[in-house]
Amino acid sequence: MRSSPAPGAQRSHDAIVVGAGHNGLVAAAYLARAGRRVLVLERRPVIGGAAVSEQVFPGFTFSVFSYVVSLLRPEIIRDLELPRHGLQILPLESTIVPLPNGDYLGSWGDADLTRRELCRHSARDAEASVAYGRLMVQMAQAVKPLLGMMPPDPTSLRPGDLKGLLKLGRHLRSLGREQFHALYKLLTMSSADYLEEWFEFEPLKATKSASGIIGTFMGPRSPGSAYVLLHHYMGEIDGAFRAWGFCKGGNGTISQAIARAALEKGAEIRTEAPVRQVLLERGRAVGVVLGSGEECRAPVIVSGLDARRTYLELVDRRALPDELLEQVQRFRFRGSSGKVNLALSELPDFTCLPGVGAHHRGAISISPSLDYLERAYDDAKYGSFSKRPYMDIIFPSVIDPNMAPPGRHVASIFVQYCPYAIEGGWTDARREAFGDTVIDTLSEYAPNLKSAILHAQVLTPADIERTVGLSEGNIFQGELALQQLFFLRPAARWSSYRTPIPGYYQCGSSTHPGGGVMGAAGRLAAQRILSDT
Amino acid sequence: MLKTTPFHVRTAPLVLGATWRRWAGHAVASAYDWTHEREYAAVRNAAALFDVSPLHKYQIAGRDAARLLDRLVTRNVSTTQIGQVLYTPWCDAQGKTIDDGTISRLGERQYRLTAAEPNLRWLQQNAFGMEVEIGEVSDAVGALALQGPLSRAVLDAVAEQPVDGLKYFRVMRNRIAGVEVQISRTGYTGDLGYELWIPAQGAIAVWDALIGRGADYGITPAGIWALDVVRIEAGLVMLEVDYQSSQHAMIESQKSSPYELSLDWAVRLDKSAFNGQAALRAEKARGPAWRFVGVEVDWDSFEALFRAVGLAPSLPTIAWRSSVPIYRGGAQVGYASSGCWSPLLKKYLALAHLEAPHFAADTPVEIEVTVEHRRKRANAWVRKLPFFDPERKRA
Repeated sequence: MRSSPAPGAQRSHDAIVVGAGHNGLVAAAYLARAGRRVLVLERRPVIGGAAVSEQVFPGFTFSVFSYVVSLLRPEIIRDLELPRHGLQILPLESTIVPLPNGDYLGSWGDADLTRRELCRHSARDAEASVAYGRLMVQMAQAVKPLLGMMPPDPTSLRPGDLKGLLKLGRHLRSLGREQFHALYKLLTMSSADYLEEWFEFEPLKATKSASGIIGTFMGPRSPGSAYVLLHHYMGEIDGAFRAWGFCKGGNGTISQAIARAALEKGAEIRTEAPVRQVLLERGRAVGVVLGSGEECRAPVIVSGLDARRTYLELVDRRALPDELLEQVQRFRFRGSSGKVNLALSELPDFTCLPGVGAHHRGAISISPSLDYLERAYDDAKYGSFSKRPYMDIIFPSVIDPNMAPPGRHVASIFVQYCPYAIEGGWTDARREAFGDTVIDTLSEYAPNLKSAILHAQVLTPADIERTVGLSEGNIFQGELALQQLFFLRPAARWSSYRTPIPGYYQCGSSTHPGGGVMGAAGRLAAQRILSDT
Repeated sequence: MLKTTPFHVRTAPLVLGATWRRWAGHAVASAYDWTHEREYAAVRNAAALFDVSPLHKYQIAGRDAARLLDRLVTRNVSTTQIGQVLYTPWCDAQGKTIDDGTISRLGERQYRLTAAEPNLRWLQQNAFGMEVEIGEVSDAVGALALQGPLSRAVLDAVAEQPVDGLKYFRVMRNRIAGVEVQISRTGYTGDLGYELWIPAQGAIAVWDALIGRGADYGITPAGIWALDVVRIEAGLVMLEVDYQSSQHAMIESQKSSPYELSLDWAVRLDKSAFNGQAALRAEKARGPAWRFVGVEVDWDSFEALFRAVGLAPSLPTIAWRSSVPIYRGGAQVGYASSGCWSPLLKKYLALAHLEAPHFAADTPVEIEVTVEHRRKRANAWVRKLPFFDPERKRA
């Protein structure tokens, strides 16, 4: 995507956004909407960062990296009028967990149907599930205001921070005892322990706990994983929390819609324009130097890249205080997820639910037990990919027929664990072995899979890092661990989207409230910039 | 027992949630699936298949066929070409709307009129002294609406002749599964779509062919709940929901003229004499007292009403069909007659009747919202219809 003016024509900008990931684009759109002249610079030929749709094989379109939508903030959809710019969210109704004994566990788009299915396995869990669902909705409602809030610094006495703390304190007090305790547990416990308090059926606990490990180098029994679980409950679609959807055309459509909103308001987007460095003059950010040597100048530079790249690569480290550099160097990425994208001649035929059916319209989760997931983590802990990985699978072509030629299909397989720091480092042979493990594991549940594969794309965290620039391939631009959240994201005292360098801002998922295709960081960063300048 | 449509043997086993409803004395599905979410999505994303057989259908043929229709309706029928379809309201002598539907010119002197309500008697009364044959073919002709961005691809896969060249509001003869059908580029969804007019005895063969070949294009049987949402997005008026037939109204104020329904574009005052012409001419000169408009509810104020009681907003995912007051400056200035949450546009939409002068687009108004049993008002704006108007509809 490229917009006027013609190359060579110099135009001054009020702000330059580094990286056309979804947060960078959101920031650009909000700045442009406020009348600022914005230039977005993207290294790749396509915009979107990790929210891209690409025709990897002719006729087969993939959401190459991120693949579902839920967390995208509704206020951003409204403010930027994303539906008018092409965003269309389609229902993803069910989750089916095939079990090793040939049975399955299903969660469907209808309460009665799901209840009946749960009762088949545990009548107690069917009842618990309703109460659990209610509490998690309350929890999502409880944390919702924090998503739209600039994190206040609890150690600061500045009026802005004090006001923020007061607001936060009032909000937490308003929750009431039961909800406050539940929130405290979610912030401190492991997802396995938290779920053990509610449920007895292993596949149910395991499948729910999987939300607590996604994108994180933790097992379901690692303390802190319950927060990640909550993070995945914060999404809302049409007022319903915990609702997940599929974006028509793949997740690239989200980026395209945000970009169109930005372009309509006068922003300029340049692709294949890698930023080498942020230019500093007298301690202020004044522009950027591109890979080609070209200089672009603006009084505000916004980095949508992760904290490591924002602080350690784009600027001269001497301009930064040591205590910040240390924190950034310690900021944990540890990418733990891989992706396998398949072009298929036919849909996988699951032994537990033979034929083509409603289950193909939702997610398939390979999460038969907590032990299964924890063992998968054990492999990763000691430097290899899981021999028996956790997988979250969807078939985008069933939901949006345009993703594949008529009669053909695509599968999107999110896999964990696939550690960035694999023993001996990632090689083509190891990537291939990883892909084979994924396909072998899935084939146990759907024996026709191998013969249906026309093409396969296998992505490790190293590939994710190389392709879209996410350090260590961490999909959240840094783990969602408690010590890396809210006023500590990405670093104490620098959680306000500002950096120590005047005129230099950060807007990526390394900042509050973190990752997922949410856009909240981009919006809050734009608000910060608009109030500062 | 309620009447069933010619597709009933195929549709009945698909109704998983026993969500049957009545439509013109027929049993039809509100939704086939447990919820209508996916059926709705199919209209805007792939191809949805609606059984619209309960529509009333009349075959009108003979020397005076066009003359009869021209006397009946507000649009100009005599200039219609063979293969053309018109959407039109029709009125009583006072210029108040009786019904609305489509007229297809199928031959030199052959037309088909569709209507929401029975109109045989009204047609016969108007045909007095004319050389015209009026046949009710409501039961003899099954009707399917195939609607959505991939509907053309589905038809091209199953029909003997391609439908690529069929323009918006045109009708063609074609064959599907050996059955002679008419395919019109029409619908009630505001999307790319077609309606298929099928002899009842060939209904099952056509259904099977569509479902069989359509699978690759995501064809999805869809019910009235899905239709209700898309027709609101498309800003299309519905008889006995948004307005009452003047033939059913008990009092004058229950009647609406085509101008009051914002159907001005479908009224041709300059054509030959027709029912209600003089009254409509006078109304046009003085300006209508009411207009039928879109209303968009302001999200922030809507959400705030629920937040005040500690709840997340409750959205009408099934469209409502009831009268909801609309206010401006503290006084009631009209009422909404249907409304829904649009999952596509991510907006809470309503269709409303507003009194002069409050109906101008973008006028700020308030709409009544019931929150925890208490009547509140949310901010809203008057909007121009349709809310959703994709290029593919006409392209």
